[in-house]
Amino acid sequence: MGVNSDPLLGGEGFLTTTIKTLANWGRKNSLWPMPFGTACCAIEMMGAFASRFDLSRFGAEVARFSPRQADLMIVSGTITYKMASVCRRIYDQMPEPKWVIAMGSCTCGGGPFDSYAVVQGIDEFLPVDVYVGGCPPRPEALIDAVIKIQKKIEMQGAPLV
Amino acid sequence: MSVDLEPVIDSLKNEFPQDILNIKEYRGETTLLVSKEQISKICAYLKDELNFTFLADLTAVDYLEVKSPRYEVVYHIHRFGPECEENIRIRLKAELSEDDIKIDSVTPVWSGADWLEREVYDMFGIEFTGHPDLRRILMPEDYGPFPLRKDFDVRNREASKRSFEKALEEGAD
Repeated sequence: MGVNSDPLLGGEGFLTTTIKTLANWGRKNSLWPMPFGTACCAIEMMGAFASRFDLSRFGAEVARFSPRQADLMIVSGTITYKMASVCRRIYDQMPEPKWVIAMGSCTCGGGPFDSYAVVQGIDEFLPVDVYVGGCPPRPEALIDAVIKIQKKIEMQGAPLV
Repeated sequence: MSVDLEPVIDSLKNEFPQDILNIKEYRGETTLLVSKEQISKICAYLKDELNFTFLADLTAVDYLEVKSPRYEVVYHIHRFGPECEENIRIRLKAELSEDDIKIDSVTPVWSGADWLEREVYDMFGIEFTGHPDLRRILMPEDYGPFPLRKDFDVRNREASKRSFEKALEEGAD
């Protein structure tokens, strides 16, 4: 983006940019998360949304419980195979462009549950953009993940539909 | 437990002289081994005549390579006294052999046994005859094995993956 405040052009100043950059700038600063909380990590996610850590400072506080209105899925908590098909279906219902954060050890690789029922990492069935380790990770770590998603959007953008 | 269990046990012995196979007391807990054919009658007697109105838990144990018969179904039964010091709790156990893993349902006695029996069926494959709705409760309905059996590999995810892929294919129910 460039800034011009030439008096010949009115003196008010204006920006030059491309539609794509402008759209991505808007996207990255107004992520609408879909919280998919299934276990204790969800409590830390709520902490990240609430006043002390306040994810709204980064434009991502409008948690949508309808996948149709969300563009960032935060999977926080143990995912069993029985839950995995539900998780995938909700992800499929989100409109493009969309991103995924795997929050906590369970979503990253199964955590302590090396068992017959638990998915050993949600990347078995979802494209994950950012992994957050920890059991559970602190809200700061989730905020860091959201900022990483913002950087990714800024650098790579998303296809203009 | 400050209340004496003896009248309860005597009354049971009188009513079912053949079916109380063993009585064990360990650290203030009393366990009766009963014959599985009479389980629903014994439970009904405990509830209707001796006022054990509360089934606290119903579960099972797999004693593979430890003892035979292989399975035990365990009932934790509670009686509320007028004062809380007068509460009584006893444990019933019934043995099931591998080639006949069926036992009468106690859901007609305590309706709270419904989901507990479904869970035992889901995890051990023990069938409760007379249960109103014996389906899997935790694992997917098309899941084959019974995961809490000792001969099941706890890390075997094949059946889970099959059910998951089928659920994906089917889409919205």
